[in-house]
Amino acid sequence: MARTPTTTDAFNAVAEASRRDLLDALGTGEATVSELVERLGLSQPQVSKHLAVLRAVGLVLVRVDGRHHWYRVNGPALKPIYDWVRMFERTWNARLDRLEDLLEELKTQEEEP
Amino acid sequence: MNSNKTAPNRHGSAVITLPSPTEILITRVFDAPAALIFKAWTTPELVKRWWGFETSKWLVCDIDLREGGQWRYVIREGEVEVGFHGEFKQINRPHRVVSTEVYEGFPDAAALNTVTLEEVNGVTTMKTLVQHEKPEHRDAHLASGMESGMQVSYNRLEDVVQQLAVPLGHSEGPVLQAPR
Repeated sequence: MARTPTTTDAFNAVAEASRRDLLDALGTGEATVSELVERLGLSQPQVSKHLAVLRAVGLVLVRVDGRHHWYRVNGPALKPIYDWVRMFERTWNARLDRLEDLLEELKTQEEEP
Repeated sequence: MNSNKTAPNRHGSAVITLPSPTEILITRVFDAPAALIFKAWTTPELVKRWWGFETSKWLVCDIDLREGGQWRYVIREGEVEVGFHGEFKQINRPHRVVSTEVYEGFPDAAALNTVTLEEVNGVTTMKTLVQHEKPEHRDAHLASGMESGMQVSYNRLEDVVQQLAVPLGHSEGPVLQAPR
């Protein structure tokens, strides 16, 4: 389950803040480059550059409609990142679940005379 | 009347997000006042009961709770001793603690931890922001949790299996929540 060492995986693609903003700006919908330029306040070459990286790792897909290119997030490509973080989440969940049980016990103790 | 009925717990509801390449944010809600959580977080006898893993044997649990004071936890997992230490930078009882954290197996990668407790009507949202200096340190931190997370998952599986044998009527299945 180690993180893949290549320079072109989903992890590296989202390590850049602008690219995470770009994914957020796309959200669950579709957008053209000019719409993304407007939403993010970045230049058109910057948006195109980041879109190219996201497309290269499959995080963003494109649909061509006449002379418009519509971009959208490819959810399944984010799964390796989700899986990786989720393991850490399990550790913390187990720890905080025990804290919760302890708090319940302390609350009961404080209520008793 | 003495009711032993407890409120349904929030097991498995912690959410981890990665606000930036160097940060980890852990968010969890508790049906308890902030003061009680603060106490559980800063009293050695109580910390020993929830921090670490269920299989951990505690060797050191020192907390000098004042600004500039040091803390150190050492636990044994099987044959391996795992140590953490740091210094308290800011203490705003019971709402905020800022401290450094060094994992002694990787002493170059210190992190700054900010724990905030926000209470509304007896329900407290706890946020733990872990800030590393470098993305690779943050990633190593996450990856270390991944390994132990595996162990904990198996342990929990074992617990669930054992509970199935004893009809107690209070066993919660693991709940997984996607990071937002």
